[in-house]
Amino acid sequence: MKIFLFKRLITMIITLLVASSVVFFVLEILPGDPAAVMLGINAEADTLAALRAELGLDKPIAVRYLGWLGDLVQGDLGISYTYDVPVSELIMERVILSFPLAVLSMILSTLIAIPLGIIAASNHSKPMDFLVMIFSQLGIAIPNFWFALLLIIFFSVFMGVLPAGGFAGWEAGMIPALSSLLLPTIALALPQAAILTRVTRSSLLEVLKEDYIRTAQAKGSSLRRTLWRHALRNAMIPVVTIMGLQFSFLLAGTIIIENVFYLPGIGRLIFQAIAQRDLIVVKNLVILLAASVIVINFIVDMLYAVIDPRLRGTQNV
Amino acid sequence: MKGLKYALLSLCVAMTLLVAPSAMAAKSSFTMGIVLEPPHLDPTAGAAAAIDEMVYANVFEGLTRIDKNGAVKPALAESWDISADKKVYTFHLQKGVQFHDGSKFDAADVVFSFDRARSEKSVNAQKTLFKPIKSVEQKDANTVVVSLNQATGSFLFNMGWGDAVIVDAASADKNKSNPVGTGPFKFKKWVKGDRIELVKNDSYWGKPARLKKATFKIIPDPAAAVSAMLAGDIDAFANIPAPETMSQFKSDPRFKVVIGSTEGETILSTNNTRGPFAKLKVRQAVAHALDRKSIIDGAMFGFGTPIGTHFAPHHPAYVDLVNKFEFNIQKAKALLKEAGYPDGFEAVIKLPPPSYARRGGEIVASQLAKIGIKLEIVPVEWAQWLDQVFKKKDYDLTIVSHTEPMDIGIYARKDYYFNYDSPAFQALMKRLDATVDVQERYKIMGDAQRMISAECVNGFMFQLPKNGVWNKNVMGLWENSPVQANDLTEVYWAK
Amino acid sequence: MYERFVEVFSHGMKNRNFVAGGIITIAFFGLALLSYVWSPHPIENINISDKLLSPNAKYLLGTDHFGRDILSMLIMGAKNSIIVAFVAIGIGLGIGVPLGLVAASQRGWTDEFIMRFNDFTLAFPSLISAIMITAIMGPGAVNSIIAIGIFNIPVFARVVRGAALNIWKKEFILAALSSGKSKTRISIEHVLPNTSSVLIVQATIQFAIGILAEAGLSYLGLGTQPPAASWGKMLNEAQTFLHFAPQLAIYPGMAIALTVLGLNLFGDGLRDVLDPKLRRNR
Repeated sequence: MKIFLFKRLITMIITLLVASSVVFFVLEILPGDPAAVMLGINAEADTLAALRAELGLDKPIAVRYLGWLGDLVQGDLGISYTYDVPVSELIMERVILSFPLAVLSMILSTLIAIPLGIIAASNHSKPMDFLVMIFSQLGIAIPNFWFALLLIIFFSVFMGVLPAGGFAGWEAGMIPALSSLLLPTIALALPQAAILTRVTRSSLLEVLKEDYIRTAQAKGSSLRRTLWRHALRNAMIPVVTIMGLQFSFLLAGTIIIENVFYLPGIGRLIFQAIAQRDLIVVKNLVILLAASVIVINFIVDMLYAVIDPRLRGTQNV
Repeated sequence: MKGLKYALLSLCVAMTLLVAPSAMAAKSSFTMGIVLEPPHLDPTAGAAAAIDEMVYANVFEGLTRIDKNGAVKPALAESWDISADKKVYTFHLQKGVQFHDGSKFDAADVVFSFDRARSEKSVNAQKTLFKPIKSVEQKDANTVVVSLNQATGSFLFNMGWGDAVIVDAASADKNKSNPVGTGPFKFKKWVKGDRIELVKNDSYWGKPARLKKATFKIIPDPAAAVSAMLAGDIDAFANIPAPETMSQFKSDPRFKVVIGSTEGETILSTNNTRGPFAKLKVRQAVAHALDRKSIIDGAMFGFGTPIGTHFAPHHPAYVDLVNKFEFNIQKAKALLKEAGYPDGFEAVIKLPPPSYARRGGEIVASQLAKIGIKLEIVPVEWAQWLDQVFKKKDYDLTIVSHTEPMDIGIYARKDYYFNYDSPAFQALMKRLDATVDVQERYKIMGDAQRMISAECVNGFMFQLPKNGVWNKNVMGLWENSPVQANDLTEVYWAK
Repeated sequence: MYERFVEVFSHGMKNRNFVAGGIITIAFFGLALLSYVWSPHPIENINISDKLLSPNAKYLLGTDHFGRDILSMLIMGAKNSIIVAFVAIGIGLGIGVPLGLVAASQRGWTDEFIMRFNDFTLAFPSLISAIMITAIMGPGAVNSIIAIGIFNIPVFARVVRGAALNIWKKEFILAALSSGKSKTRISIEHVLPNTSSVLIVQATIQFAIGILAEAGLSYLGLGTQPPAASWGKMLNEAQTFLHFAPQLAIYPGMAIALTVLGLNLFGDGLRDVLDPKLRRNR
């Protein structure tokens, strides 16, 4: 177990290093000089050079890369080119929207998916199962941004009960803030729920085939009872894993939804920063997101190994 | 499943009921939507119109100011005397004026501000405004004498620009993130990418603002702008970026729709030294191939005045040249043939983000295709546009609105991105600069308009309208944009 | 080959997903092929005076804000989606399959290296990477194909490697090895043909994902550029008209959802039919 953990840890660190260098060097070739963008259309050549020096853009590329890594490790994300404020501050302003949004849609999708999965599995091959599977197929096929547009047409345009976009801000109070997050949450949750429903259903059916379940049933336990008593807990392992993986992607995946509803979140920040050539923001945000995916992968791997010792011997199957 | 749906639905309804009343309260605050976020808030250190749109007249003031009709009015200068040869201006300053940080305003601040703007190291975007100035001297605490090299007709107007506002030496360097001016509003907070908040300046020297709080909400996305307006999250949009929705707002009794004018000449900028476009006949062919009515209908949903030159139609010196190059495919084809391109050619059009450019570009491409000019459409972000088009002049065609007032002078700049180099035009502009008599000035302006129109320097399309939409209870907003500004000093709620 | 096809087809006809998905998929491809020879109206023609018409005899689904025929744009959009998704799969297959085969035949460090590369690629949020790629290289159909294609590589590599590992354990492979054939030759001659069913199933799924991704990028304005038509771009353009022409946002979305649904169903059906061992509980 220790060796396994050590090996995984090393590969994770290597992956993080490679990821950081890819992000750094790819962004180096991005066209557009941040200094020129900051100064606007009437900048003189010497002013530009001075600003480039101030931003450290004139140093050799390797020095800048190492400097960036060093700062990153110390938690220093630098100063935004366009806004002239610490990047960490910018990110925090956005995280307070994106993180709750991701959590809320996670909760909502779980609330929809787990019961639906159970209903489908306990009615295996019956009309109810079929209906749930149709829901799940549709949920996977419908692009979340189109679903978001449909929600806007229905709730904002026709019924006029919910805002079509924008974020009231937490300081406006819980209710206005949450109501501006309601439609985005639903739009994000649907495809997640569709996938989770499928996973829940199939892993439940898998477990129901196992011997001990049959034994329990043979002993006279009702289907429902077996389901709740024995099957559910075991079936939840893959479900929770998928949820873990989905969460990190949800944070990044909000980018389109944030665009549909015009929410000032992480996704829009990246989008905007790329457009404004605020490379320091792009660089740090992308690496933070990639790192969170890598770390979550690592944790999920570890959990797997704890739950299922057989995995420790074999590799990446 | 069904139960869940109903539960969700009733949740929505319950939430809205709870939200609704809170939106009705508080009428001393005002929220205005704006499209572009300023890069910073110092109008003396940047060209971006978005800076002036927030701070002009609200936070910062100059010696003079430009009012909603484009007229010059006294501001920090209570009055002025002009010498007989029109070369010496003596400004008498307002007394008892304080900057927002409590420091006193006096003649030294004016000298500092002007010298800063004129200096070698100045980052002022409109340095040319200060070019005529020979010296700025403090006569006493409340009197400043400005001497000019030559009589300059538009000097008082120029000193009313946002680039000529008066700043305090102590706070000047921090104005980008924490602007300190003398205006009726104080800067409070800037949530990046979202909004900028101003509050009333209680110790203002002049007529106090009627609003207690003003917020500029940054909404670049047209769809989001419309939603926010309809939802009542925003009280006004000085220029809503979605002309297609104007009819809807007009029919909604909650809103007042005001179509005003701007200084924005929207043109098909042409690289005058690039490939086929270097030939006058090709540019004339393009001018004949542009159907301005379709462009205005398609890109602006009918809002916009066709122009035939680079000049605002509401200006008294405007010359109507729209029909000089009327829409005529046959003529365009013939000209193209004469130029040596009977089968047309291929070119690239780079389009910045605003919808007038993106949509206009698609229509222009389809119109030029009819005479055989095949355009490849390349959308670019503003950063790329500045870099590739404006700075490196790496483009064939682009569409952009030039929103600075009275900016026909850009055609005299040799290194400007049009690559238009005409000694005759440059001489004309020199003469304009040296002329003080208004009628004479107008005549020269007319000649200038005719010259660039005849040479088809750019494809002249339309004057950008100011599609204002605001809550019908909001009073005192500007209907037109003689300068880039959202002057909130007179704004109040009728009820 | 022909017999195998007939066998699959006759099995397939008994499979609900295969039939339903197949019909939708064929209709979608048919529409795209049709666009090469005919569409109701040319979509390059901007005809402002006909803008925003409701469905009528001339324009069956009405027109958009430029007076273009919606139906024609949907048809051209189908073609666009197919091209983007196809080429993106080509990239994934072309690079991913050799990688997977090499990993499975060499094992050891090569395998480890390729699989780490896979994990690494998958660790990037794909949408953000695609946005970065299109931002660096400029928006456009070609660049969005590349952005989507890159993320197909690890998927195919992983799938092929998994299938190939099983095949390498088979006796006929051992026989081929002992007859002196090189690992490369065995991979191409014996392993690859036996992974074809997994590949076809995976390609169908990636096709659906590719269509969704193209729509997403074009919706953000980074994908297909005018005057070409794209479903995602149509949705983007429809958004400011939501309040008075919501139908503009309905049709393209329905086209995307239906196509993806068809492809997913077809993929599921195909999996059941091609490889009963892969069959899951459904």
